[in-house]
Amino acid sequence: MNETLVYAVISLSAIGVISAIILYFVAQKFKVIEDPRIDIVADLLPGANCGGCGLAGCRAFAEEVVKREDLSKLNCPVSGTEATKQIAAAMGLEAPEKDPMIAVVRCNGSRVNAPQKVIYDSAASCSFAHALSAGESGCPNGCLGLGDCVVSCKFDAIYIDEITGLPVISDELCVACGTCVTACPRSIIELRLKGKKDRRIYISCINTEKGGPAKKNCSVACIGCGKCMKECPYEAITLVNNLAYIDFNKCRLCRKCEPVCPTGSILETNFPARKEKPGDTEKIPVSSEA
Amino acid sequence: MKTFKHGGVHPEENKLSAGAAIEILPVPEHVSIPVSQSLGAPSKVVVEKGASVKTGQLLAKGSAFISSNVHSSVSGKITRIDEVTDTSGYRRPAVIIEVIGDEWEEGIDRSPEIVSDIRLSREEIIQKLNEMGIVGLGGATFPSHVKLMIPEGKKAEYLLINGVECEPYLTSDHRLMLERGREMMIGVTILMKGLNVGKAWIGIERNKPDAIAHLENLCKEFPGIQVVPLKVKYPQGGEKQLIKAVTGREVPSGKLPVEVGCVVNNVGTALAVYEAVQKNKPLIERVVTVTGKSLKKPNNLLVRIGTPVNKLIEFAGGLPEDTGKVINGGPMMGKALSSLEVPVTKGTSGIVVMTQKESRRTSVINCIRCARCISVCPMGLEPVLLAQLSENQLFEEAEKEKILDCMECGSCHYTCPAGRPLLDYLRLGKNKVGVIIRNRGTK
Amino acid sequence: MSLLTVSGSPHIHGHQSVKSIMYGVVVAMIPAIFVSVYFFGLDAARVIFISIAACLFFEWIIQKYLLKGPLTINDGSALVTGVLLAFNVPSNLPAWMIIVGALVSIGIAKMSFGGLGKNPFNPALIGRVFLLISFPVQMTSWPLPKALFDSSVTDAITGPTTLGILKEGLNAGKSVQELITSPGFPGYLNDLVGAQGGSLGEISAIALLLGAVYMFFRKIITWHIPVGYIGSAVIFSGILWMVDPSKYIDPAMHLMAGGMILGVFFMATDMVSTPMSPKGQIVFGIGAGLLTIIIRVWGAYPEGVSFAILIMNAFTPLINKGFKPRRFGEVLSKK
Repeated sequence: MNETLVYAVISLSAIGVISAIILYFVAQKFKVIEDPRIDIVADLLPGANCGGCGLAGCRAFAEEVVKREDLSKLNCPVSGTEATKQIAAAMGLEAPEKDPMIAVVRCNGSRVNAPQKVIYDSAASCSFAHALSAGESGCPNGCLGLGDCVVSCKFDAIYIDEITGLPVISDELCVACGTCVTACPRSIIELRLKGKKDRRIYISCINTEKGGPAKKNCSVACIGCGKCMKECPYEAITLVNNLAYIDFNKCRLCRKCEPVCPTGSILETNFPARKEKPGDTEKIPVSSEA
Repeated sequence: MKTFKHGGVHPEENKLSAGAAIEILPVPEHVSIPVSQSLGAPSKVVVEKGASVKTGQLLAKGSAFISSNVHSSVSGKITRIDEVTDTSGYRRPAVIIEVIGDEWEEGIDRSPEIVSDIRLSREEIIQKLNEMGIVGLGGATFPSHVKLMIPEGKKAEYLLINGVECEPYLTSDHRLMLERGREMMIGVTILMKGLNVGKAWIGIERNKPDAIAHLENLCKEFPGIQVVPLKVKYPQGGEKQLIKAVTGREVPSGKLPVEVGCVVNNVGTALAVYEAVQKNKPLIERVVTVTGKSLKKPNNLLVRIGTPVNKLIEFAGGLPEDTGKVINGGPMMGKALSSLEVPVTKGTSGIVVMTQKESRRTSVINCIRCARCISVCPMGLEPVLLAQLSENQLFEEAEKEKILDCMECGSCHYTCPAGRPLLDYLRLGKNKVGVIIRNRGTK
Repeated sequence: MSLLTVSGSPHIHGHQSVKSIMYGVVVAMIPAIFVSVYFFGLDAARVIFISIAACLFFEWIIQKYLLKGPLTINDGSALVTGVLLAFNVPSNLPAWMIIVGALVSIGIAKMSFGGLGKNPFNPALIGRVFLLISFPVQMTSWPLPKALFDSSVTDAITGPTTLGILKEGLNAGKSVQELITSPGFPGYLNDLVGAQGGSLGEISAIALLLGAVYMFFRKIITWHIPVGYIGSAVIFSGILWMVDPSKYIDPAMHLMAGGMILGVFFMATDMVSTPMSPKGQIVFGIGAGLLTIIIRVWGAYPEGVSFAILIMNAFTPLINKGFKPRRFGEVLSKK
């Protein structure tokens, strides 16, 4: 009995030792020499592998960081300024200055503003619906509301509002990685400056049709009248293809453009309520001629 | 009986209008003629707003090798050159004409006489088809003159004429073969001359015995043309399937039919070719089947291009109260229209009106892996796998599984017992894979 | 007029639905249900009823409280599993064991993978194999068949199945001929109509074939798996039989005895857990046929159908990858 026990212990130990030796040599043979700094950087990264940097995941980004000497061209949109500074410090480099960004949905064609004209009855995919037809409201540029952006978001920052049928992006959760921007087949979502206190002014429409047809499908479409452009004291607004656009780098958030928009397609977020001034609220009716 | 081997389904035929002779639809008050009506590059408008045009006058000129001319289908005044909603569901450029009288361009032979002598040479025929804006009338609208130009190093041996009409409901080709058979046969002879081939086969499914008998009779007068009766099976009208069914040859994946020495044309195209070459008439009208179970008078109409769809439905007894869907084309491959103002184009082979009940899809449940989609796929693909791959955005994987071979016949979705929108996802995948391949080319 | 619907083509749909397929399978099993009630009396009806009720109940409760998805008990798949599970157990099995079997079938083999269409193995077979391993005595004491209203035998008598008799006999050194001619052996005719000991559904080859013909007619199943299965089983057992008829059972007996017919037409053709391409299905059938005979001849159990099918189920993903359908124009493009 004792003998069996002893044999068992010895043979098992022998197997263990032999395996250990084999493993050691194998490990030596296949050893991958890696810069230890990669691990340090990778630990500082968010680890969501969102691809917002344009590289294949966070590990790839870390490898790239270690290779470079200048971090200004590398940008992990998800890491905040703090994390970026830490990475730069770990590498002994200077952190590039950047302002926080956020994804913005530039369509306000809710079920009320852009009423349904046909029933869509196919796969729940914006990309497919976009290829099939103009969508339920008839607007060729408007949000289809089938949630390709929701699916693409790795940070659960987007949901489709049940009442409006439009995506809503959370100020807190959005890290501006930009996956939704590419996921949207109509390029409705744009990365814009987050703004102080989350204050932003933008044109919530990307319809390039002429005023008449645009207005026919959606009451809050930009009709390309150019009033906002004339009003802007900073030349931040441009008008291309019947569509106004506010350059967020030039915009100083003076709020002069919003009241003049005849269709109300300019949106302001997180601003305090405006003081009522007579004349301001008067909206000039838009002519529906093409 | 001849047919293609792999896959296929047999939906209810519902050829409601098979007995209705072709009627001429009165010219409407307004037409909107889309500027681009064929595959390939958009055509360039050559007229201006306010100008007067005659029937058959050139409106837009083909701008590239694969592109085609567009002619006015009516006479009158151009009120606008603007964007109108077309079959795609989007607004595209079109010429809107207010109809005044019906004055035709000179040189167009409108007499009913049949001209059977072919005087033009091969080059002249190709030139003529280009000039007259002839495109494939089966639905794909590929410019016909391009089809006749065989690429260097290839040789066409056979001309195949598609009289299959495998789509349920549609009967326009059927009626056309019966009523305009002789003219069509001359058209086939012209195409044979244009291709420099000595043999043409007309494939017709067995559910059209009268058309088979009629054309077989005519064949005695036209050397080199032969009718091939085929077993009824969808999608036999697909180019590759028809070639397989008639000649037994298989077009390699990703290649054109000319690879196996075949060129396929539709019977409607053959008639248009006849009219263009022998009568000097541009492609300005076509036969459209207007049908549907709820429609009062399903029929076949000769319609000027650019006529709004609701005019056709009015003529067929008006739009039924419980209409849920109007399809441009057949129910298997056609496009659901988002508006009834959409104009008839060169590719409109039929208008199918469906009731509310017919138009909603069945509810979708889990895939039970019954593999029916695989057994019906005429291209030997695995629709269930491809749909899964594109749903999960694995497009490169899907490309390896030959997603681009899909011809969008819809057999997979038609047959799926779980009602899964397989073709929707296949289309999505095809689009994305196409983009990936194009991007690869630019890099 | 109401709004138009816009959707991708095709705009028409075939008549077959998952529901119609599942209920079609149930209809195909009705003859076998009748035969089992005829031979095993109301006990058989009791087993079938309990099994169906338990399967439906577990499907409902799991879908409602655990998966929280839309209710799926209407689709008929749990009903099929219930009948098949009942078909795979003896008629004198205690009710609680049937319920445990149903819980394993529906709860573990099906719902834990996500419900309909997601299960890698045939749920009814998992239930049966679970019961067979857990309760070998109860699962293998087969009541002998008696006609329904035959009152001459009062007590239920249990005895081995046809394959059981052969297996035991062969292990004891007897020859096949000796066993077949021995008294109490059911014989070919009884195997065909169902007068043999065994699980509820497997006894009557005729009733099962009737159902199979119905399923072919309704296009619920295709020929690939049954032909591959029966073909390989007949050829393989035929070779063995020709080598030594005294040691190996002849192919006809292999076919008609035991659960071969039930397995071939009702369980190996289960769509969810079998390969998708026709080529793959034939391979699946051949593999299952070979395994069945190997287990029957050399294995410890007299019956090998359930294990063979389950083992092949495990190979299904691999077969799906390895045996793709032939792409149109594929061969030519390689030239």
